[in-house]
Amino acid sequence: MIAHSIFFYFFSVIAIFSSLMVITSRSTVNSVFFLILDFISVGCLFIMVGAEFLGMIILIVYVGAVAVLFLFVVMMLNVAEQKQSWFIGKKSTHIPTGLIVSVLIFLELLVVVGGWKYKDNLMTSSSLSLSNISNTHQLGLVMYTDYILYFQLAGVILLLSMIGAILLTFRKRPGLKRQDYFKQISRDPSSSIELKEVQSNKGVKIDD
Amino acid sequence: MTEYLFILGQEIYKILFLLIPILVSVAMIVWLDRRVWGLVQKRKGPNVVGPFGLLQTIADALKYIFKEIIIPASANKTVFILAPIVTMTLALVAWAVIPMSEKLILSDINVGILYLFAVSSLGVYGIIMGGWASNSKYPFLGAIRSAAQMVSYEVSIGIIIINVLLCVGSLNLKDIVIAQKELWYVVPLFPMFIIFFISALAETNRPPFDLPEAEAELVAGYQTEYSGMMYAMFWLGEYANILLMCAMGSILFLGGWLPLIDIYPINLIPAPLWMILKILFLFLLFALVKAIVPRYRYDQLMRLGWKIFLPFSLVYLVLTASFLFYFDKLPTGNI
Repeated sequence: MIAHSIFFYFFSVIAIFSSLMVITSRSTVNSVFFLILDFISVGCLFIMVGAEFLGMIILIVYVGAVAVLFLFVVMMLNVAEQKQSWFIGKKSTHIPTGLIVSVLIFLELLVVVGGWKYKDNLMTSSSLSLSNISNTHQLGLVMYTDYILYFQLAGVILLLSMIGAILLTFRKRPGLKRQDYFKQISRDPSSSIELKEVQSNKGVKIDD
Repeated sequence: MTEYLFILGQEIYKILFLLIPILVSVAMIVWLDRRVWGLVQKRKGPNVVGPFGLLQTIADALKYIFKEIIIPASANKTVFILAPIVTMTLALVAWAVIPMSEKLILSDINVGILYLFAVSSLGVYGIIMGGWASNSKYPFLGAIRSAAQMVSYEVSIGIIIINVLLCVGSLNLKDIVIAQKELWYVVPLFPMFIIFFISALAETNRPPFDLPEAEAELVAGYQTEYSGMMYAMFWLGEYANILLMCAMGSILFLGGWLPLIDIYPINLIPAPLWMILKILFLFLLFALVKAIVPRYRYDQLMRLGWKIFLPFSLVYLVLTASFLFYFDKLPTGNI
């Protein structure tokens, strides 16, 4: 039990520290690195409470894919420029928006935690049977039976957003040379190579 | 208290017992790689240091240790130093779940295959960090290339893993191996094995997909600014990753520690040896591919990953699922 709480506090302290560093660090790239550290420690916390599937999925999806794209975008930005614009400026327009969002999140958390306090058998009343079958099995059992509609809807929403993103970035540029693989492969030497006798000091006229 | 210390000591002993053989075998595998490469090109390869040149890698490693580490003045120092450390740590950390036999496994976790997948998908960070922190053109271009490459091939590796998991019904690596007692999955899922092998080449930045470090275009890619021990760590991490991919391939498709056929003289060979033989076999294929295949162009690489492997493995997934469903062979697991 002692080891368990030591690890719990270790990961929680790292998670809180790194989430603070995400919003306070000056360089955007460092922020993203701290965000990744945050994801990893939250994943570890998930594993510690026995939700190993969720923890691994957080590592794979958030750290392995989403944060990589974040990092891409942030690294492409000009970091020096970022430092000047709103961080150092006296009047920041971002603080009110940030405050509103954080107050909203705080209220939501209050509702969730309050509801938990109000109805303390919330965990046991769910359809999960907490027997000795593994976490992944349990998830699969409810996800594809009780919650199949929500699962499918989430998938459709993701698909829509993917199509939307492709549509937004896709543009036809004129004058772009594309390679046609079949054309390339189906060329044969007789049609593409021509041998010419070249006389000295005369040269050869090439058609095109 | 003493009990905790005892457990801690035992665990550390186990970890060392795993890590030291891996580091030694990485050194040997580098030698094997260069040797095979040489033999294919009718050269001798490294054959001077030690018997058959076996100690060549150790000599190289010593050279790297004694070289000066140069950190570029404009580099982001923390990230620059962190990058090779991250690469090597991630490459070694994944070995914790690899079962060498039914008993010889450091931690037998429920979601072993997901853990492997997660750690191999984190491997991209070492490269991005190294490329960005160097603050120079070629490393950054190399890092971007390799990140895009690794992210795209991960997708098809993920779907291949799902293919295998459909047949097993468990995420535990030990269960995956035991499920292959009757038939190795390389037989029914042969196309998936081929795609896994090629994706593994791309995932570990091996030739013919070594675009992140294509010498002609990018000097040495993300490793350009690295020197001495830091370069050696990148290089160790890379080969440990290759070994890991070989181990993953032999667990998913070649039946892990299971013998080729379970009859008298053959099943006398101990289980870990079978595992090592299979890893070596896959590595030999890796080394041969390096020697005989020319490098891909970048657009060809992306096309192969997204337009060919991804749809093909998706279709094969549907086929596998329908086959299992139709013949009522879906694994029920321990429900």
